[in-house]
Amino acid sequence: MNKSIWAALLLLGVLAPYVVYPVFMMKLLCFALFAMAFNLLLGYTGLLSFGHAAFFGGASYITGHLVKNSGLTPELGILGGTLFAALLGYLVGSLAIRRQGIYFAMVTLALAQIVYFLALKLPFTGGEDGLQGIPRGLLFGLIDLNRVYLVGGRPLGLNLYYFVFAVFCLGFWVVHRTIHSPFGQVLKAIRENEPRAISLGYKVDRFKLMAFVISSAIAGLAGATKSLVFQLASLTDVSWHTSGEVVLMTLLGGVGTVLGPLVGAFTVVSLQSELSSVGSWITVIIGGIFVVCVLLFRRGFVGELARLLKRTL
Amino acid sequence: MADYVLETRKLSKEFKGFSAVNDLNLQVERGHIHALIGPNGAGKTTVFNLLTKFLTPTAGTILFNGIDVTRERPADIALRGVIRSFQISAVFPNLTPLENVRLALQRPTGTSYQFWRSDRCLCQLDDRAMDLLESVGLAEVSGDITGELAYGRKRALEIATTLALEPELVLLDEPTQGMGAEDVDKITALVKRASAGRTILMIEHNLKVVATLADRITVLQRGAILSEGAYAEVSQDPRVLEAYMGVHP
Repeated sequence: MNKSIWAALLLLGVLAPYVVYPVFMMKLLCFALFAMAFNLLLGYTGLLSFGHAAFFGGASYITGHLVKNSGLTPELGILGGTLFAALLGYLVGSLAIRRQGIYFAMVTLALAQIVYFLALKLPFTGGEDGLQGIPRGLLFGLIDLNRVYLVGGRPLGLNLYYFVFAVFCLGFWVVHRTIHSPFGQVLKAIRENEPRAISLGYKVDRFKLMAFVISSAIAGLAGATKSLVFQLASLTDVSWHTSGEVVLMTLLGGVGTVLGPLVGAFTVVSLQSELSSVGSWITVIIGGIFVVCVLLFRRGFVGELARLLKRTL
Repeated sequence: MADYVLETRKLSKEFKGFSAVNDLNLQVERGHIHALIGPNGAGKTTVFNLLTKFLTPTAGTILFNGIDVTRERPADIALRGVIRSFQISAVFPNLTPLENVRLALQRPTGTSYQFWRSDRCLCQLDDRAMDLLESVGLAEVSGDITGELAYGRKRALEIATTLALEPELVLLDEPTQGMGAEDVDKITALVKRASAGRTILMIEHNLKVVATLADRITVLQRGAILSEGAYAEVSQDPRVLEAYMGVHP
């Protein structure tokens, strides 16, 4: 993709909080990062994880705990959450990659349910209420993430927004670099034809595990950041609904495309927020949209666009 | 004594009581093009899967260059220099032919786990990849999507990818299967050229190809060796004639 598109997207991200409600924008960024992490597995390695909420939500609990109860600064809290997700990803991945296809998905789902159970029962998680009132604190002990600026009469939490945006850009860069690296090239080979990749001498299990750990870590980074934005780590974050939602976002936007998960996450989160007034019917509406999309354009929004333009996006 | 690059001793594979390969003693001489033929269900592909460790043998040993490799894993065998092809074409369909070949060239460079580096560093392999594509007549489609290539070209690409690894032993599973006469001739010539300096073990149904290429032929039936020798010998063997044609001598 050419540089002008990147520059335009970066500019959009920088200017967004002046136009869109910043908390909403930060939610979008967190879920977009989550979907990108997931897409690294499904779109570029061919592994369907149905338990990615465990990394997203697990990291948000750990970050919340570190910041709230151990008094760590936010960047260390996020780092802790991300490392936790990577470690958890290593454990789950080691077990799951022994199986393929639907069995892989089931193993990840089952292990994610264990994490859900732990989040419900462990003493520091707040059980049904979740971990509430997580302080945002001082970034590097210097920058107050709660600080609000008055712009045109509107109070904007710009410190927090730009911090979240920076985290997003970092995560995006890691995913993008991984996809377009020698390692990413092997991942694509595994996705395309695993037996052939083996017969060329690649130990595919190691590659899959590494991709799984990178993906979990980025999913964790997204969840950790989200817990600071909403000052909350809740059971929803670790529930299988969230695992399902990320699949939905990725497929809607376009699996195996760089920008697809971003577009998908923006679509789903925007719909949820726009349609929040209709209550639980929202599930039906999003489900309907999903069915129509899958029937009409299987490659997702970005996938179809890329096909029309005959280029990779 | 002949120099065997690959040898199996009493190799057997059972699937739930059905014996697919039975006490097979196969010897592949270095530098040969060795053909494995036999009627459908004779166990040819099972033998390939055993040799490349995609299946674990029930009993017996496999020696590669005199080393026992029976318990190794598929990728280990590949690292030793045994590269296989598959019955259905083994390409990476959504990548370009150039990327296909480059994936083989990339493996020995040791960069494959580096997720923090740009894949632009792989461009240094492009010249070598293009040479290989040129040698199989695919240079002009190097940037196309592999999945959209004609069948014969996919098989040619597969051979180019295999040769990129400089294998000592190449296992080809029906390289000319499902091809028109013109493509068959091309692939035959390609296999002949590829055999320079290495050993090839191939499963092949097309007896004309076998007659042209093979130095030695092993005929399998029900997982065991029915006959073995050069084409002239094997083709006159009454047991082979019976197995193939149902002719009773």
